[in-house]
Amino acid sequence: MKDFIHIRGVTKKFGDFVAVDNVDLCIEKGELFSILGGSGCGKTTLLRMLAGFETPTSGTIEIDGKDVTAQPPYERHVNMMFQSYAVFPHMSVGKNIAYGLYKEKTPRKEVVRRVDEMLELVQLTELRSRKPDQLSGGQRQRVALARALIKRPKVLLLDEPLAALDKKLRERTQFELMNIQDELGITFVVVTHDQEEAMTLSSRIAVMDRGRFQQVGTPKEIYEFPANRFVAEFIGTINTFRGRVAAVAEGGIRVYSTEAGVTLTALGKQLVEEGQEIDVAVRPEKIFISKEKPANSDDVCIEGVVDDLGYLGNRSLYRIRLESGKIVQVSSQNRRRSVTRFLEWEDKVWISWRPRSAVVLLD
Amino acid sequence: MWKKAILAAPYLWLLLFFLAPFAIVLKISLADPVFGVPPYSQTASLDNFAFLFSDKLYAVTYLRSVFMAACATLLCLALGFPMAYGIARARRNTRSLLLLLIILPFWISFLLRVYAWMGLMNNYGTINTLLLWLGVIDQPIPLMYTDFAVFVGLVYSYLPFMILPLYASLERMDLDLVEAAQDLGASRSQAFRDVTLPLARPGVIAGCLLVFIPAIGEYVIPYLLGGPESLLIGRVLFDEFFVNRDWPLASAVAVVLLLLLVVPIVLLQRYQARDQENAA
Repeated sequence: MKDFIHIRGVTKKFGDFVAVDNVDLCIEKGELFSILGGSGCGKTTLLRMLAGFETPTSGTIEIDGKDVTAQPPYERHVNMMFQSYAVFPHMSVGKNIAYGLYKEKTPRKEVVRRVDEMLELVQLTELRSRKPDQLSGGQRQRVALARALIKRPKVLLLDEPLAALDKKLRERTQFELMNIQDELGITFVVVTHDQEEAMTLSSRIAVMDRGRFQQVGTPKEIYEFPANRFVAEFIGTINTFRGRVAAVAEGGIRVYSTEAGVTLTALGKQLVEEGQEIDVAVRPEKIFISKEKPANSDDVCIEGVVDDLGYLGNRSLYRIRLESGKIVQVSSQNRRRSVTRFLEWEDKVWISWRPRSAVVLLD
Repeated sequence: MWKKAILAAPYLWLLLFFLAPFAIVLKISLADPVFGVPPYSQTASLDNFAFLFSDKLYAVTYLRSVFMAACATLLCLALGFPMAYGIARARRNTRSLLLLLIILPFWISFLLRVYAWMGLMNNYGTINTLLLWLGVIDQPIPLMYTDFAVFVGLVYSYLPFMILPLYASLERMDLDLVEAAQDLGASRSQAFRDVTLPLARPGVIAGCLLVFIPAIGEYVIPYLLGGPESLLIGRVLFDEFFVNRDWPLASAVAVVLLLLLVVPIVLLQRYQARDQENAA
């Protein structure tokens, strides 16, 4: 598939502050792409540049083969769903949804037909003549979505689409959004600070920090093969062990870490040299926990004691204290049903993981 | 019980300070003027109203007053809207400074400020002297004692009453709404017309009423700045009361003026009620 949105060397400065710093990005047609980052990372500025509310200080933005860098928002085939939803309070649901078509001078019959279609898509047919102040938050969100979709934009931009909804509604809406995207085949670009939201929604994610992309990839790539420390720590929880590369071999690299108290083996795609200081990182759910020393000698095994534990229903969280004082987080599924605890505070345990579960992080 | 008492308070206020005085004025308007204390009879007739409608002077004066007040209101709106818009969109600290500047004139007596305008607009006042000195004119242009001077006075005095409600409604508005309209294909001016203006409507209505109602009965400004020919209803009312000492006729003038003011307010309320019905 060919690239649909092409961002080339885009920088946006506000005075001295660089909000977006020389960003390059390609988004394919029909993708559900997320830009993920904390507040102030520049993700909203980037989205606003795609919508046309901000013009880049330098660089170009191309949509469907056309340079839109200097185009005002009302000339772009791009529509946006605002974080505040920005539903017009003085117009009924139907008028809100129809607004974009009126601006296009679409014939009346056609407007009515397409508004009906949209109302059905977002399941608001019953509420078409209601005013926004008579709607719930979830309903307003769907009005905003329908209003943004009715012009059949090439790209739909969504600014924190689920942030204002409560947890249950958020989960449902998430799947609705995915279904709608699938049905219409419109390219979605979502901005969010919620990593879980980004993981479940998107075909690809760009993790952004201080105006730059730290990593662009599928949710799996980002989670399992984080490119650097920032990405690894931003997405989910991760344990890192500082160490020095002892040997680089065919099967992997061996790293001696005083924090771990043992030599760690990890598969590193990156180029590392002997003697280099690096981090070996392991996700909590990749670590096994047992009372006896595991038999498999290829695995990395470290002894420790249970510092703290928490029961979460579907899984348990453990904090294991190693001899060096380092705390390692371990998460394990509660497969067996039992009232008694498998482990108690200050129990001696072994933690282990397969070498290929570990990631090498460079500074 | 308490709830009822609290709810009754505004009605009581209205009864005591509006309806009761109005009833007295109405009663006097039906009486005949006599010499003595009080200077009206205890009879009741519609003679005064008949007189008001028979003498063309009153009709003309009422119309002139409505016209002047309406023009002043529109001028205030035309000047006040961009100002209120600018203040509402200014940065937070600039905003409070600008608002302070709008309110600042209230710290000086209204009468003094009108006198200041007399000093400015005199034949040998600041404006004429400056223009003469610059050589733009050879002779002072008569500014004082004209309708122009009355407009200047009205617009100057009532502009803050237009700006403040407009500001209140514009400041509350979510800026995302304007961007949403632009995003959906509206140009800047279309977004203004479709979103900003309708959402500012309560402010426009409040501002217009706050300017129009006091302006129509304004007495001081036309008296001090207007010429003898710029007869406005406020001045007629004053003259009937204090110069002619014809309380009944003056009361009749006041009653008709009140009715004139009630009409636009009732129309407006009807319009708003219908608007809300349409929405439902």
